[in-house]
Amino acid sequence: MKDLKILAVVVFFTLVTYWGVEPFAHSQMHKHVEGHNFTYPDIKASGLKGDPAKGKAAIAACTSCHGIKSQGIKAPMDAMAASAAYGVNPPDLSNVGALFDTKYLIAFLQNPAHAAKAKKMAMPAGMAGTAQGAADIVAYLKSIAPKEISPKEAFTTACGRCHADRYGKWTQIGDVPKTKGNIKTGNDVELTKFKMNVAKYQDKLADYMGKLPPDLSIIARARSEHYLKTFVEDPQAVLKGTAMPRVGLTKEGFEKVDAYLESTGDPSKAKREKTGPWVLGYFVIFTLLAYGWYKSQWKGLH
Amino acid sequence: MAHFDPNAKPFSHKWLNERLGVDTLKRVLSTEYWIPKNINFLWAMGMVLAATFGVLLISGIFLLMYYVPTTKEAFDSVNYTIMSQVGYGWLWRHVHAVAASVVFLIIYIHMLTGIYYGSYKRGRELIWISGMLLFVAFSAEAFSGYMLPWGQMSYWAGMVITNLFSLGSLNLNGLVEWIRGDYVPGQAFLGRFFMLHVVLIPLFIIGLIVLHFGTLRLPHVNNQDGEEFDFEAEAEKWKAGKKKEAKVIPFNPVFLSKDVFVMGIYFIFFFYLVFYHFEFAMDPVNFDPANGLKTPPHIYPEWYFLWSYEILRPFSKNIGLIAFGFAQVIFFLLPFLDRSPNVAPANRRGIFKIWFWLLVVDMVGLTILGKLPPVGTWTIVGTVFADIFIALWIALPFVTKMEKPIGGK
Ligand code: HEC
Ligand code: HEC
Ligand code: HEM
Repeated sequence: MKDLKILAVVVFFTLVTYWGVEPFAHSQMHKHVEGHNFTYPDIKASGLKGDPAKGKAAIAACTSCHGIKSQGIKAPMDAMAASAAYGVNPPDLSNVGALFDTKYLIAFLQNPAHAAKAKKMAMPAGMAGTAQGAADIVAYLKSIAPKEISPKEAFTTACGRCHADRYGKWTQIGDVPKTKGNIKTGNDVELTKFKMNVAKYQDKLADYMGKLPPDLSIIARARSEHYLKTFVEDPQAVLKGTAMPRVGLTKEGFEKVDAYLESTGDPSKAKREKTGPWVLGYFVIFTLLAYGWYKSQWKGLH
Repeated sequence: MAHFDPNAKPFSHKWLNERLGVDTLKRVLSTEYWIPKNINFLWAMGMVLAATFGVLLISGIFLLMYYVPTTKEAFDSVNYTIMSQVGYGWLWRHVHAVAASVVFLIIYIHMLTGIYYGSYKRGRELIWISGMLLFVAFSAEAFSGYMLPWGQMSYWAGMVITNLFSLGSLNLNGLVEWIRGDYVPGQAFLGRFFMLHVVLIPLFIIGLIVLHFGTLRLPHVNNQDGEEFDFEAEAEKWKAGKKKEAKVIPFNPVFLSKDVFVMGIYFIFFFYLVFYHFEFAMDPVNFDPANGLKTPPHIYPEWYFLWSYEILRPFSKNIGLIAFGFAQVIFFLLPFLDRSPNVAPANRRGIFKIWFWLLVVDMVGLTILGKLPPVGTWTIVGTVFADIFIALWIALPFVTKMEKPIGGK
């Protein structure tokens, strides 16, 4: 049929154009980085077996800066004081064992700046003593790690000290508190104080990192999943000279973080998948009926 | 003096007929608006465009309820409020974005159909010109809409395009600032484009659609063979019940039934894109908030502007601008540059056939090249394609002048 031949020509040129401006153009614009699936081949496995009991005994070396909430250990300083001291708030260690790679952590405790490929590193090297000491502490952190961890906890532990997520109501110093303003004046002193603290923290953070890490609310739409994956695994491999350190997540840890980023950046995904078939079904029926009408109207015209 | 039957019931058929001439309207606009029978689905693209414009208008009105046109809040009002706080806001936004992109695909198909069948000649010049005005209005509408989310691409595309108004070496920076209302795109800029996008340009478009339809009424639409026939005589045959012999069909219901069927297929495709493949219409870079201190590594317009962008880009500043200006207006002149009397499908028109397919390939090529980073070979290939575009249009009057009249006319 002639209409179908014409359609084939139209579809052909449309697809060539699409291919050119989307997949092909993007392959030319961005260099493709093949990740290593969070295996960190540049870090040698120490082969040491850690002893969680010894690690637990040595943990005071860490709790002078970090809290471990799940063990009832509070951070010695709040986020404000910590950022004044280090430029950034040391993360709570409760969930670290569940999210970070063992090999990476052992290397990180011995030489944080090196493992993180960071220019500046507020955490001092050698806090766990020898390599064996590091392995023990990591074994301890793994032993206290919860089995289940929510996407949000993964995000706050791994990224939340540097990145805000305003659509998820997260700031670098914690969740935006639910406050009650003064009805008579419309002021909300508590919230204003909180905002002031966020601003102070961010200023310190920007001094420390050289720039303010971007808000990640909608990064799931701004970058492809592949980009996020390879970038978080090794920032320098993707964005040479970037101030973002390598954080050392495991593959599963990254997937948790990614799930959180998607929940704030693309919250309609589930609804889309639910509504789509209904709308398409409607138009399929519509088209079938229209076809019947068309055929009946054009009967006997040729 | 008209007659008004005092006994006619208000809003009855008779009552309306005396006041509004509904029967006449219906006859003139639909049941006796004659369309050639010998046409294919490409002639449904006009109605597909009208329907897509309707979709844009309705989805746009929904978005407008929550959009905030300030540089501080625009980004979050779209990406947070509309996308996650408003019921089905995400659906309206994706519908609007996909429609804004797909409408250009259909416009290009519609234009190329017109060129292929020679539907811009012999009485149809104004159809073509009003169509081109619609193209310009849609381009302005799309560009102004693209500024509204105030993302990185809004900001930088706004910067680059308004910079064109410095007109190269003329260095009319004052003009650029006058357009922006500031030294760089800012609140004044956003406010202006907001107004243009939601009021002024849509009003223009509606008026132009009416004009476009008006220009169609007397010459009637063309047909697959470019055949010229007496519409009155053919209509009489139809009315006499000789439906097989008649070369025409009434718009309503016969042609409409096919239009509606084509629209059904189109909307399946459209909503497939809306639900499962909308990324092409929403550039990822625009999901980074506008930042005047951070130039994105690649700045490019939406796909439908790429071909003319690529005509601008490979040349030096001044020549590029002239070439760009040329590309913007040359399509308007098509009815006058085509010197052949033939109204026929391009495939039957000798060298014009080659001209047409070269134009298609060249514009697809320019579109693709327009998005590639301007480095190395791509620049050279881009220059060649841009040169071909210009050469094609310069050659057109000569090519068509040499064309032999078809059918001894
Ligand atoms: C002097 C304070 C201090 C001490 C002591 C300290 N840390 Fe840290 N730690 C920090 C700071 C500050 C950061 C955040 C650094 C950054 O993000 O640039 C950090 C980050 C970390 C991270 C996150 C690493 C990543 O890849 O994101 C882990 C895990 C960690 N510390 C574990 C430990 C352990 C285990 C110890 C004990 C052996 C310890 N720290 C001792 C200050 C300290
Ligand atoms: C120690 C602070 C720090 C931590 C922890 C951190 N980041 Fe970053 N991140 C930064 C900085 C600083 C930048 C800005 C980098 C630049 O522009 O060069 C950045 C940038 C980014 C970007 C934007 C990159 C781009 O293409 O512009 C993404 C995405 C990102 N980080 C994701 C994450 C994720 C996901 C995590 C947690 C797994 C994380 N970051 C943890 C500091 C951090
Ligand atoms: C974007 C809004 C537009 C709308 C809503 C629209 C609508 C229509 C409609 C309904 C028709 C009649 C049916 C058909 O032949 O498809 C038509 C015909 C036509 N249009 Fe458009 N159009 C638009 C844009 C354009 C543009 C940009 C051009 C090209 C410059 C153009 C050129 C033509 C021509 C030449 C015809 C006559 C076709 C023929 O006689 O065979 N139109 N248009």
